[in-house]
Amino acid sequence: MIIPAQYYLTISAVLFTLGIVGVLVRRNALVIFMSIELMLNSVNLTFVTFARQRAAIEGQVAVFFVIVIAAVEVVVGLAIIIAIFGTRSTVDIDDVDLLRG
Amino acid sequence: MPGLIVLFPLAGWLINGLAGGRLAPRAAVMVGSASVGLAFVVSVVSILDPRVWQDGITTRLFTWIAAGEFTVEASLLMDPLSALMALLVSGVGFLIHVYSAGYMAGDPAQTRYFAYLNLFVASMLLLVLAGNLVVMFVGWELVGLCSYLLIGFWFERERAANAGRKAFVVNRIGDAGFLLGILILAVTVRSLDFVHLADAAASIAVPVATVATLLLFVGATGKSAQLPLYVWLPDAMEGPTPVSALIHAATMVTAGVYMIARLQALFLRAEMTLSVIAAVGALTAFFAATVALAEHDLKRVLAYSTISQLGYMFLAMGVAAPSAGMFHLTTHAFFKALLFLAAGSVMHAMHEVIDMRRLGGLARPMRWTALGFLIGAAALAGFPLTSGFFSKDLILEHAFAHAQGGLSLLLWIAGVLTAFVTALYITRAAILTFAPPPSHQDHPHEAPPTMTWPMAVLAAFALGGGIFGARAVGAPLLHALEAFFHLEAPSAAPVPVLALTIVSTSAALLGILAGFTLYRGRRDVSFGALGNFFRRQWFIEDLYDLVIVGPSKRLAHFLAETVDIEIIDGTVNGVAAGFKRSSAALRRVQTGYVRNYAAVVLAGTVLLLGYWLTR
Amino acid sequence: MEFIVFVVAAAGALAGGVGVIASRSPVRSALSLLLVLGNLAILYLLLVAQFIAALQVIVYAGAIVVLFLFVIMLLHMRSGEGRIEKLRWQRPVSYALSVVFLGALLWAIWTGTETQVAVPSVGFGTVESVGHSLFTTFLLPFEVASVVLLIGIIAAVVVGRPVVPPSARAHLPPPE
Repeated sequence: MIIPAQYYLTISAVLFTLGIVGVLVRRNALVIFMSIELMLNSVNLTFVTFARQRAAIEGQVAVFFVIVIAAVEVVVGLAIIIAIFGTRSTVDIDDVDLLRG
Repeated sequence: MPGLIVLFPLAGWLINGLAGGRLAPRAAVMVGSASVGLAFVVSVVSILDPRVWQDGITTRLFTWIAAGEFTVEASLLMDPLSALMALLVSGVGFLIHVYSAGYMAGDPAQTRYFAYLNLFVASMLLLVLAGNLVVMFVGWELVGLCSYLLIGFWFERERAANAGRKAFVVNRIGDAGFLLGILILAVTVRSLDFVHLADAAASIAVPVATVATLLLFVGATGKSAQLPLYVWLPDAMEGPTPVSALIHAATMVTAGVYMIARLQALFLRAEMTLSVIAAVGALTAFFAATVALAEHDLKRVLAYSTISQLGYMFLAMGVAAPSAGMFHLTTHAFFKALLFLAAGSVMHAMHEVIDMRRLGGLARPMRWTALGFLIGAAALAGFPLTSGFFSKDLILEHAFAHAQGGLSLLLWIAGVLTAFVTALYITRAAILTFAPPPSHQDHPHEAPPTMTWPMAVLAAFALGGGIFGARAVGAPLLHALEAFFHLEAPSAAPVPVLALTIVSTSAALLGILAGFTLYRGRRDVSFGALGNFFRRQWFIEDLYDLVIVGPSKRLAHFLAETVDIEIIDGTVNGVAAGFKRSSAALRRVQTGYVRNYAAVVLAGTVLLLGYWLTR
Repeated sequence: MEFIVFVVAAAGALAGGVGVIASRSPVRSALSLLLVLGNLAILYLLLVAQFIAALQVIVYAGAIVVLFLFVIMLLHMRSGEGRIEKLRWQRPVSYALSVVFLGALLWAIWTGTETQVAVPSVGFGTVESVGHSLFTTFLLPFEVASVVLLIGIIAAVVVGRPVVPPSARAHLPPPE
């Protein structure tokens, strides 16, 4: 590995943090969802990095599963978003506050 | 056999009490009267048993308390004393049941009345037939309960309900003393059985006997309405008149006298207590007689009269003449019940009016009632040859004999003065009630036979009952009792019987004469300031209100309002409110915004991360 | 050479990441996501994960982003963030926490990770090697994953069904 693992991991960390900021700060439900996908991808990068570092194929297998499950999650999640926001005029996530105590 | 005496009225109570709703009123009356009648029959049969006259019959039902060496049986004792009381209670009780059938006819709660009355008779019989202090106490409390129930029979009337409560509370105070006395005896003598107590009396230490008997006497003051616990009896007149006749004249109020007679041996051991009893009795007799003079309500006059006559009985007990006291108890039962029944008849005819100022002129339309009242009045006043004459006279004789000059002579003097006032007030009552001119426009009618026949029977006994105690005829009752009271102290000195009789008779006749003179034509003479003093019961109740009732009520208000509502409720509600506030505060964590929750998750993650990395 | 590729791809990924969270329009966010995914696929190739790279492009970039774009167009709206922010403290707290978080991660990465690199075997990262592991060691998760896919399909159909108001059901055939 010419480029040390830490570099890849740094990128992963930054991407993850960007994803977190997206989830916390943005109000559009779809953008929040995309930020979550960003976070999942950064984790994938971490897995692949370590798989390479340790020459263990299990890391890539894990990424395989993450991708599969992420696909399902996106499908179901978007269906839910459509169900919730279908009749409204905005996708502002702050509008969904029925569980307010 | 003696158990049946108690059992019959008890059964009557159960039947009327449980099934009364389904019985026709007439059936309830029958059941009630029959049960008491049966009790009377059994009592009569019982005294034919010679064992009663030897050592008495003890019926053991079961062992109630067994605490090591100390045992209390549930037992009944039938001996001359209890036989006399049983006959009196069941006999007079039966007559009053018959009277009640007429008096309470038409009252919607008749069945309840007869149920309570049966319960009372059963309890009273239990009291007099008890074989030990504990069973007697059970009967004691039960009659107190029945008194409360019957005084407040028409409980929708506030005055009646209050009177019932007052009776119960005041009796309770006395009962506390009674119970303490019992406990002292239980601890020191280790037995509460009457036979054992009588045998062991001579060996009890005098201070112990004194304290115990004083406490027992406190109980007697409560139940028998003497100073200072008499205050409930005048108010008890709110109840139906037959109740007043039975409970508050003939039977329940005599329980205190009976108790002292029962424990005669013990009381003889405590000289000081006897002096206290005599003094209280004499004072109460005089006090109550003066108040009776100033009352306008006929039943209250009779109530105070009862208190006064009970004072005589206690005086007799205090000068160690228990058979005289029991004799007066018996005659008093006859003439006082008669007087009350006559008063009931008047109320019945005059639409519940009992204020003497609104009566008058009843002698002609209500001949039998008037005659009955007159006979009862004569006996009460001690008119020669009536039963009351013999019994009251006997007491005064003993009081004189007991006096060794000086202070104790006051007892006799008080007794004679009281006789005078007694004759005066009952003459006043008779005139104001029956004599013309009437103060009303009514046309009263005589009572129905079911009410007049019992009066007739009682009148016969009131007139002729003197036979039981007249020395000229051998005084059978006294002899019978004297055999029982074999511990009775002999008279100290020979007594000028004739002279004393003349003195007391003169007092009575003077009183009657003064009454006719003063109140002729139904004038109600007031004695000015003295009269006011009498009418306000010597300000005793006012004193109680000031010192006891007022502060108690204020304390009750304080506890109810400040302590209960503010402090206790405030604390409980405050705790609840505190929880509400804290939950309201905590609820703000649930904002409902997903982003907030995500931020919190991140914060937690950062903390965990920090912990792991720095470990 | 490899280094240059790395730098370019890394820069692209980071730029895309920023674009996802900072774009005004959701379509732009979706396209930035696409950029990120593509650059990550390049990084996978550098890390000898060919199969995963291909999978990333096919599934993630090809299907998921398309799905996002469909929904964005279906819901047809702006981000709606012209309105006043209701939670005033959300932004500052989020930035602070994120900075701390990033700091902790970086510290963990640069002081903790070991530098020993193992030598991958021949055929590392190929379809065969991943497939071999999937069908032997990870067979159960594989099967479960296919079930999950099925569930996802069913769930999407159920959740996405239009809700018919009761009055309108009158002229529909009664449910069996």
